[in-house]
Amino acid sequence: MENQFFVDSEHLPAQALERKHHLETEPSFRSNHMEYLPDMEQISSDIRSKVLSQMNAYDYLRYTKKDVEAALEHETCSIEDLKALLSPAAEPYLEEMAERARLETGRHFGNTVYLFTPLYIANYCENYCVYCGFNCYNHIHRMILTPEQIEHEMKVIADSGMEEILILTGESRAKSNVQYIGEACKLARKYFRMTGLEIYPLNTDEYRYLHDCGADYVTVFQETYDTDKYETLHLSGHKRVWPYRFDSQERALMGGMRGVAFSALLGLSDFHKDALATALHAYYLQKKYPHAEISLSCPRLRPIIHNQKIHPLDVGEKQLCQIICAYRIFLPFAGITVSSRESASFRNGIVKIAATKISAGVSTGIGDHESKYTGKENDTAQGDEQFEIDDSRSLETMYRDISKEGLQPVLNDYLYV
Amino acid sequence: MQKDDILIIGGHEFHSRFILGSGKYSLSLIESAIKDAGAEIVTLAVRRANTKEQENILDYIPKHVTLLPNTSGARNAAEAVRIARLAKELGCGSFVKIEIMRDSKYLLPDNEETVRATEILAKEGFVVMPYMYPDLNTARDLADAGAAAIMPLASPIGSNKGLATRDFIQILIDEIDLPIIVDAGIGKPSQACEAMEMGAAAIMANTALATAGNLPMMAAAFRRAIEAGRLAYLSGLGRVLARGAAASDPLTGFLHERTL
Repeated sequence: MENQFFVDSEHLPAQALERKHHLETEPSFRSNHMEYLPDMEQISSDIRSKVLSQMNAYDYLRYTKKDVEAALEHETCSIEDLKALLSPAAEPYLEEMAERARLETGRHFGNTVYLFTPLYIANYCENYCVYCGFNCYNHIHRMILTPEQIEHEMKVIADSGMEEILILTGESRAKSNVQYIGEACKLARKYFRMTGLEIYPLNTDEYRYLHDCGADYVTVFQETYDTDKYETLHLSGHKRVWPYRFDSQERALMGGMRGVAFSALLGLSDFHKDALATALHAYYLQKKYPHAEISLSCPRLRPIIHNQKIHPLDVGEKQLCQIICAYRIFLPFAGITVSSRESASFRNGIVKIAATKISAGVSTGIGDHESKYTGKENDTAQGDEQFEIDDSRSLETMYRDISKEGLQPVLNDYLYV
Repeated sequence: MQKDDILIIGGHEFHSRFILGSGKYSLSLIESAIKDAGAEIVTLAVRRANTKEQENILDYIPKHVTLLPNTSGARNAAEAVRIARLAKELGCGSFVKIEIMRDSKYLLPDNEETVRATEILAKEGFVVMPYMYPDLNTARDLADAGAAAIMPLASPIGSNKGLATRDFIQILIDEIDLPIIVDAGIGKPSQACEAMEMGAAAIMANTALATAGNLPMMAAAFRRAIEAGRLAYLSGLGRVLARGAAASDPLTGFLHERTL
């Protein structure tokens, strides 16, 4: 399966190409993915071992119809119940799961749906993650916005009515350092009520700095919780270090962030196990930090520039719906975000069942909001996109569509205190 | 409702004893819900009201209705105080419902921090209505701190489970000389009626309405249940039932004063 991700660019110098091939074909050429790099903070936490031991012991073929029915009858969903709901035995119960999920969502969130938009401010990356459009060997237009350009993008987005923003970068400490991201957060405070971050993992003091700059929510995708599989997909760069990434949310909370979001990129590995680990990662962390607001994302693998063959394998819409319903039943209080990777019809349906947050007016490229939002041609350079989106609805259209479904769109439910 | 039966909170008079939540359903339904509920007080989350454009919840609440901004999102007294002050700046009036949670799973209130915030805000002239876990000592502290009413939870927020804390709420009703307003967990009109029969001063509900098939109709059902419970309480019947009926052959029938 790994091979379908490998694409060679004719623009790469011979030396780089050689190194790339070494990384792809010789495991011994790669660093130990479980070993921290010198500047990486190590915290003492038992969450990792809890999640991994549960995931490794999870034999989803063992669960039967009876287990699924019992899980749906229980008032409180236990870890065993979650395992049953994520198993193949639960597939025929999708409608029942959706009904239960809708009930839980209604109790905790009513009929509201939160809207936000991502803003990519840089796409430089030092990692070689074979499925990602930003990977350092992919020949794309690289760009980093200046503070003036960031402010311009933010103005355009804020003018559309958006009140929550998620700032994203590629993973390059050299090009987009913490100071630079901090300045972006300060600008965001001027234009938005709520600022989230989806950037490379940081140490606690760096999270504290960015919180002081105005960010209050940190999203880190673990991609896959299968450490062996992770090793074959993240071949070089600091992202290769799996445990440092795993502890990101905990460091963010220790640094004063209000909330954290979790995710596996579904389709990279065995989705049953990845979905279980994602839910348990969130569950154990909330148990340890009860005040933390937690949310889950559910992205599936998407095609990238120069590689259209990338797809989410066996995670079809039905499987995705099953996972989201299981998340909702197990963690009724958690936010669930559904990405613009999914189609408009899927997103319209899933917000009625379990999702509480969706993005609108999305661009995963750099510096192109003005042309996308206003149709005005932009004569300055733009950076290429991280992946292909499916649902390209604007905020206005999304607002209207959600209202038509009988739901209440919410642009802000948040105070930075 | 009895005309002379007035609910007084912080010197303000209300005829309705149904406080309506607003955060879990469509803005377009708020006005009809208020009308059918006969509500005179509507809560709103300051964090939701603090919006810039599009639809603002404040535009959907009729002017004659008293706003009860809540401090949801606050994790300690200092944050609650800041949110309450912001509510005042936003023009939400002087009422405030204190909600302090440091638990994102069950959303149970932190009584200790709530007492602290109540003390600060009452001194600043707010009409403070603290949401709390029904504990008598805390309720006394809140009263001493200047609360205008006490809002104990019936069961976990959003659970629609009804009066899980029934006996403890009864103690607050019996012991605290402030309106006891039952908040959170009331899922059905019958549960609201029961709380009112016990002597609760008012009921606050949100999820029960938001999750109903027909929201305005459920608002009307709650209104009637609350009125029925209140009438039963005023009639004295509720107390007789609650404490057991008198025995037909009195136990003290043997007592006779001798006549000289």
